[in-house]
Amino acid sequence: MLFASYGFIAFISILFIVYYLIPKKHQWKLLLFASYVFYLFAGPKYILYIVFTTVSTYIISLRIDKLNQTQAQYLAKHKKDLSRADKREYRDMMKYRMRRWLVACLLLNFGILAVVKYSNFAIANLNAISRAFGGQGQLSFLNIALPMGISFYTFQTMGYIIDVFRGKYSPEKNIFKLALFVSFFPQLVQGPISRFDDLSKTLFKEHSFEHRSFSFGIQRIMWGYFKKLVIADRILVAVNTIIRDPEMYQGAFALVGMLFYAFQLYADFTGGIDITIGIAQVLGIEVQENFNRPYFSKSIAEYWRRWHITLGTWFKDYLFYPISVSKPMMRVFKFTRERFGGAIGRRIPVYISTITVWFVTGIWHGSSWNFIAWGLANCVVIIISQELEPFYAWFHSKFNVRNAFGFRLFQVVRTVLLMSSIRMFDCYRDVPTTFRMFGSMFTVFNYRELFGGVLLDLGLNMADYCILLIGLILLLGVSLAQRKGSVRSRLAQEPEPLRYAVYSFMFIMILIFGAYGVGYDSSQFIYNQF
Amino acid sequence: MEELLEILEEMHPDVDFTTCDTLIDSNILDSFDIIALISEIKLEFGVTIPPDEIIPENFNSAKAMYELIERLSD
Amino acid sequence: MNKKRIGLKIATICFLFITLWFLQKLMVPKYVTAIVEGSLIEEYYHEETDHDVVFIGDCEVYENISPITLWEKYGITSFIRGGAQQLIWQSYYLLEETLKYEKPKVVVFNVLAMKYDEPQKEAYNRLNLDGMKLSMEKIKAIKASMMDDENLIEYIFPLLRYHSRWSELTSEDFKYLFKKDKISHNGYYMRVDVEPVKSIPKGRKLSSYQFGERSYYYLDRMVELCKDNDIDLVLMKAPSIYPYWYDEWDEQMREYANKHDLMYINFLDLIDEVGIDFNVDTYDAGLHLNLSGAEKLAVYFGDILRKTYGLEDRRGDEELKKVWDEKVEFYYSMKEQQLRELEEYGYLKSLGVEKRE
Repeated sequence: MLFASYGFIAFISILFIVYYLIPKKHQWKLLLFASYVFYLFAGPKYILYIVFTTVSTYIISLRIDKLNQTQAQYLAKHKKDLSRADKREYRDMMKYRMRRWLVACLLLNFGILAVVKYSNFAIANLNAISRAFGGQGQLSFLNIALPMGISFYTFQTMGYIIDVFRGKYSPEKNIFKLALFVSFFPQLVQGPISRFDDLSKTLFKEHSFEHRSFSFGIQRIMWGYFKKLVIADRILVAVNTIIRDPEMYQGAFALVGMLFYAFQLYADFTGGIDITIGIAQVLGIEVQENFNRPYFSKSIAEYWRRWHITLGTWFKDYLFYPISVSKPMMRVFKFTRERFGGAIGRRIPVYISTITVWFVTGIWHGSSWNFIAWGLANCVVIIISQELEPFYAWFHSKFNVRNAFGFRLFQVVRTVLLMSSIRMFDCYRDVPTTFRMFGSMFTVFNYRELFGGVLLDLGLNMADYCILLIGLILLLGVSLAQRKGSVRSRLAQEPEPLRYAVYSFMFIMILIFGAYGVGYDSSQFIYNQF
Repeated sequence: MEELLEILEEMHPDVDFTTCDTLIDSNILDSFDIIALISEIKLEFGVTIPPDEIIPENFNSAKAMYELIERLSD
Repeated sequence: MNKKRIGLKIATICFLFITLWFLQKLMVPKYVTAIVEGSLIEEYYHEETDHDVVFIGDCEVYENISPITLWEKYGITSFIRGGAQQLIWQSYYLLEETLKYEKPKVVVFNVLAMKYDEPQKEAYNRLNLDGMKLSMEKIKAIKASMMDDENLIEYIFPLLRYHSRWSELTSEDFKYLFKKDKISHNGYYMRVDVEPVKSIPKGRKLSSYQFGERSYYYLDRMVELCKDNDIDLVLMKAPSIYPYWYDEWDEQMREYANKHDLMYINFLDLIDEVGIDFNVDTYDAGLHLNLSGAEKLAVYFGDILRKTYGLEDRRGDEELKKVWDEKVEFYYSMKEQQLRELEEYGYLKSLGVEKRE
């Protein structure tokens, strides 16, 4: 069930009504039921995967909790008769036992993710290697479909078990509540990746109907659909035309495709998240924000703190920090510092962790070399800008432009262009094509063609471009307005007639200008033997 | 405390670490700095800071970091 | 205060609904000057008097028989509920719906549609279904007709289907927003132009000549429905030489008609008897008859219907005569206008017909 389908809209409408009609103590149960219904629509057999993740995590989290309690009791009981060293030894022993459970849980669940998501990619690469060495044997591909949302719910659930292991909070004792945390349907398909301590505050609570959160939620859902249907799905047509025919569309067109894709991805992804958070808000549930106007970032590092925030912090907390402060990394650090001195020696281990994290981030986004290249490209840019830090410092000490509007604008534009060009990896069919198209932007000088009406051959007509322009201006306007606080709160203070006019206008805009449904194509009606 | 301040100042000479208590919140220290810092602390104090202690509250000021080191060396 | 707020909310909702209704009216194609076939189904609802004969089926009914001639010649009242590539389940549900309004004595179904066992094309579904008033029959017809990417709700609220026409609106959409001109003559689509048949096609060999189960299922239901309502069902195959009508198909229909005691007439076998001359009686080289062809067929067929089913001559009925006089007048004025156009431009400009090379 896609967000942009009649079925989904009917589904949430019914849910909203029933949710506030039933006794409040059953609300979370209804959500669990709804989430599994939603999941069933994707295919009944996939339920097994998500149930397995839930059950295995549940059992192991309780084992870890048990060990934790045993440890606390033991230490309390022998508070006096144990030396500090004894206590430490006992703690280490217990930690080791807990870690075994944690590792089992991670291996099981990431193992499943790896098998369903990456086995065919691995097989393709093995086959390529075998061919390169003249081997005859070729492995055949596995026929496994990717269960819906598996990347997201696996990450969310593994974050949970790691937190339990770290003692950040005690595990959920009710398996059905945990099941809801794992499967909460609005965020199942594209995130955000929530943290249990954060989401559970409102997820299992009893909610009475509140006009404000209901109205804000609906507005946010509408805004999400606006971005998705009016902007993203419309511009998608042109993007696809360009990237599917790289031989034909080079140079200026590659640039246009790159920029269009930046708009499309932003409108689509943030639109989807708006729908997710809006649905949660209608239900009285607070889901963490996933975007913070990323295209206003002044550097790639900042961009990644503002784009897909929950994924970034997940990687930071559960991958980057752990490997950075792991024992082997500490040994590397000691070695490099003795060898190269403080300044450089300090950075090498961090860069090793950074490269690892970006490799994983790349492959998380998709099992192909394109995404690995994309991840590493991000990494390279981040490391270079880190290395240029002294130059920046020198620059700013010489020229006092740090706060000048023009300079900040330059930084923002530079960041957007840089991010967009890196993103070309996830457009084109393979890595060499991407490089070729990127190069063509500087070598094929067909920029004058853009003004000859060829933009109208990309599948969009003049009217579509007008709507896109209006949509993008609206998007920019809202983003700029958001810097001064919530647009919806400010709108709420306007007189009612104006507010209702705005809501109605938005609704009609989506209905008329949304790029959904079978397009009316009068050429279909041309006589042909009926 | 002295040693800690020395490490910090070597990393960011332009920041006054004795007074600033929003090192993380105002993005003075990024994750690269944190890692470098943790490694230095390990060498200097022999204290291992586990990943779950890497939270803003523990690194927002030199004082907070020092308290963390004290607590962990216990 | 509170009352005022509720009032405002209700006003907003009303305003929204009115706007949406208006937009829907605006976006839905009008089918007045081009693809006029889209208007046929709807015109039935403007009828004030009943009909002795109702025709259902595809273009082979609505372009090949003239109800006005049936009236003028025999005093038979009739209506054609035909549509472009009307599929048999659409014909069936249209008949079911028609029976809610009246009980004709005879129903004629054109059997070409038997060849389609599955929905064919969204555009044709729309031409046949959009004109129907909302009813259970309509919903059943939609459900039977939808292609994979279609959605019931887009039929019930056509705005969802046609919203993207906003950029293609023409003056026609505004002009015919609330009232459309009548374009058919009791469901008959008039064409006076001529394009002679150049060659008679041979049918391509098919892998199977057996009509589909689904086609037979609806034909069975049609037979049953007529029996239950005491209506005589006639199966006809119009004298169109395209699409090809195979002997194997003809055989199946003949057998079926025998088995169920129905009349089946294949006019392809009676071209000389009807008097059709494919040099003058077709406007598109044999796909469809033009006005003179449709009149000839009406004369011949009407005589059979009159004699077989004892249809009375109702021209004596004063009230009926008043209604039909108007229709006759409209018929001849359109004929004249088309002839004038043909003379002036060489093709039927007002119907959006492309000029032939």
